[in-house]
Amino acid sequence: MSDIDTLPPADETAVNPVGGIDQAVGDFQYDVNYEFDAGTGLNENTVRYISSVKKEAPWILEFRLKALKTFLEKPMPTHWATTDLNNIDFSKIRYYLSQGQKPKRTWDEVPDDIKKTFERLGIPEQERKFLAGVEAQFDSEAAYSNIKDIVAKQGVIFCNSTEALREHPEIFKKFFGKVIPTGDNKFSALNSAVFSGGSFIYVPPGVKVAQPLQAYFRINAENFGQFERTLIIADEGSEVVYMEGCTAPKFSTSTLHSAVVELVALKGAKIQYITVQNWANNVFNLVTKRGVAHEDAEIKWIDCNIGSRLTMKYPGVVLKGKRARGEVISIALANDGQHQDTGAKMIHAADDTTSVIVAKSISVGQGRSTYRGQVHIPKHLKGCKNNTECDALLINSNSRTDTYPAITVRGDTHAVQHEASVSKVNEEQIFYMQQRGLTEAQAMSLAVNGFVNDLVRQFPMEYSVELKRLIDLEMEGSVG
Amino acid sequence: MSSLEIRDLVVALTATPEKPIVKGLNLTIKTGEVHAIMGPNGTGKSTLSKAIAGHPDYTITGGDVLLDGKSILEMEPDERARAGLFLAFQYPSEIPGVSIANFLRAAVQARMAEGEELDATGYYKKLYSKMDLLKIDRKFTSRSVNEGFSGGEKKRCEILQMAMLEPAFSLMDETDSGLDIDALKIVAEGVNAMRGEKLGVLLITHYQRLLDYIVPDFVHVMYDGRIVKSGDKNLALELEAKGYDWVKTDLATA
Ligand SMILES: Nc1ncnc2c1ncn2[C@@H]1O[C@H](COP(=O)(O)OP(=O)(O)OP(=O)(O)O)[C@@H](O)[C@H]1O
Ligand SMILES: [Mg+2]
Repeated sequence: MSDIDTLPPADETAVNPVGGIDQAVGDFQYDVNYEFDAGTGLNENTVRYISSVKKEAPWILEFRLKALKTFLEKPMPTHWATTDLNNIDFSKIRYYLSQGQKPKRTWDEVPDDIKKTFERLGIPEQERKFLAGVEAQFDSEAAYSNIKDIVAKQGVIFCNSTEALREHPEIFKKFFGKVIPTGDNKFSALNSAVFSGGSFIYVPPGVKVAQPLQAYFRINAENFGQFERTLIIADEGSEVVYMEGCTAPKFSTSTLHSAVVELVALKGAKIQYITVQNWANNVFNLVTKRGVAHEDAEIKWIDCNIGSRLTMKYPGVVLKGKRARGEVISIALANDGQHQDTGAKMIHAADDTTSVIVAKSISVGQGRSTYRGQVHIPKHLKGCKNNTECDALLINSNSRTDTYPAITVRGDTHAVQHEASVSKVNEEQIFYMQQRGLTEAQAMSLAVNGFVNDLVRQFPMEYSVELKRLIDLEMEGSVG
Repeated sequence: MSSLEIRDLVVALTATPEKPIVKGLNLTIKTGEVHAIMGPNGTGKSTLSKAIAGHPDYTITGGDVLLDGKSILEMEPDERARAGLFLAFQYPSEIPGVSIANFLRAAVQARMAEGEELDATGYYKKLYSKMDLLKIDRKFTSRSVNEGFSGGEKKRCEILQMAMLEPAFSLMDETDSGLDIDALKIVAEGVNAMRGEKLGVLLITHYQRLLDYIVPDFVHVMYDGRIVKSGDKNLALELEAKGYDWVKTDLATA
């Protein structure tokens, strides 16, 4: 697959107005044309440029610049994470791509396997071209704005984060960056410096949003999802389900994806956040996701990761109020050349809080999966519960799986349960299924689907169907 | 009419191809016929059936297997299955998380032409009627394939699959072992119901009892990787009365 990021721009200064700007002029109003992007590489100018294109308030620019500093200061977390992180070349990445500036390629240049995948997933023609980077923009507003209008009648705010910053600054500012502080980790800092795109949702007290909200409607170049920033606030007693992006293989022109997602469930509120991601296998997918659950609130992350070169993602819940409940359901599939480093974090910070983690990983061929869990229950609390289950499935002997469940529990009124298993799809099972007429790939796919089946049953219908198809495709690719 | 022809077949473990287990075996089965193979433990009966089905542990180092005159040795196990070959395993595998209904559905679908849609209603109707025939509780449709099944339940599940997939040739490896008397009758009835012009059966068994219910057209005695004696159903009775020593001495004097 060609990697646009690494191609030098034809003429940097000619296409990028920021190139020759005097940095000293802090409040300079660039005469920005949306047809330009921020070029490659990351420095203060890049950040200023992004902020000015988005016509942001000064406090956001300041926030971004501070974040940039933090990002630059923080070392790569290679003391615990893989050294593959050192292969990210930050100077070759394009941090902002505005509309109209998506690198152009023709449909003929799109690799066949990607086309095939689109077909198998039943993605509409128009969307295929956009997803493949052939078209600059997929105007799906019309198709999806419907839902936006429906929920607006209930007082729900549902828009992209840029719009939210402009139109709802008071709510935004109150919660933004509070769940995941800029300095949480190197990549949350990076995101805080260059974020663009992502969703903003506010659900008023007591409102139960009937249909899951999807990010589809805001697909366009900007939101193509490199550094998206999502903030969801469910006010007291409200309920919302959010489904992130789409499951199409993100035939990304970028090799780095680093999102930050913050959830706030106020007293008695419920948030469910569902992700099924399928990245091209050159992508570093380094995402920080965390929610805060107040009294009697509930946050549930459903996170499926397929593809990518390296995914590091540990959705977490801070159980801040009494009887709050947090749940992470994670499915990761690592095929040849891929490393899924996933898990969950549960920080108990109030009495009688409950957390559940179910993580299932599948390693195929040389694929590698790592489970990292962190459950923290301090001594002064009472009646907390955690249940952690992590299961690994290995398909053929070369694949590797590691488990690092860090469970720190202090105090004696808590109930903590931890189970882990590693199983293998053996040759005998594959042969058995083949003997019934299934191809080797179909057999493996069925075994994998069987392994995750109890989790997938909890997914919304279309997501479980798509996940199944994605697994089929992965397995097809993994046999000769 | 179809035929399955096993010609001078030599089978060894893939790991040790120089040490044959099946040592030149000849047998032709036609649809409409039931052949029983009996023989002491370790003579290579399961090896024969798995090698015909294409199990990767086994390599065919000599001879051929022909389905309607065409060699199947170059075919993948799943191609052989779709061509009409079914193996009822002596030790069926468990497939966690995959329900019988979904598994069989995938298997049925695998036999349909591309673009052809499975008729779900028709499928379930057929599944339920076969389950009723084999007296398998309908609740089993949602249970994972063979997982936690009793020995007898596994064997009945094999026959259910056979009934659903309607093979031209079925190799049944000790389907009777592990079955209680009632289950044996039920399974036998199931097989007998499928008997006819469209099905050829190779029945591997240790016990005459099964042959009382599924009366074979031919009985073969396998010993040390070969068929050493063939006859009609009376051969099984004789074998039961005299034991395998009789075959051995017979061989020695021959
Ligand atoms: N996968 C294998 N690995 C090692 N040895 C094997 C394997 N398969 C078969 N054998 C050996 O080959 C010989 C024949 O085994 P096979 O299972 O075919 O016998 P069988 O006639 O089916 O016996 P039984 O009546 O006990 O089922 C035995 O000695 C067995 O140990
Ligand atoms: Mg045997």
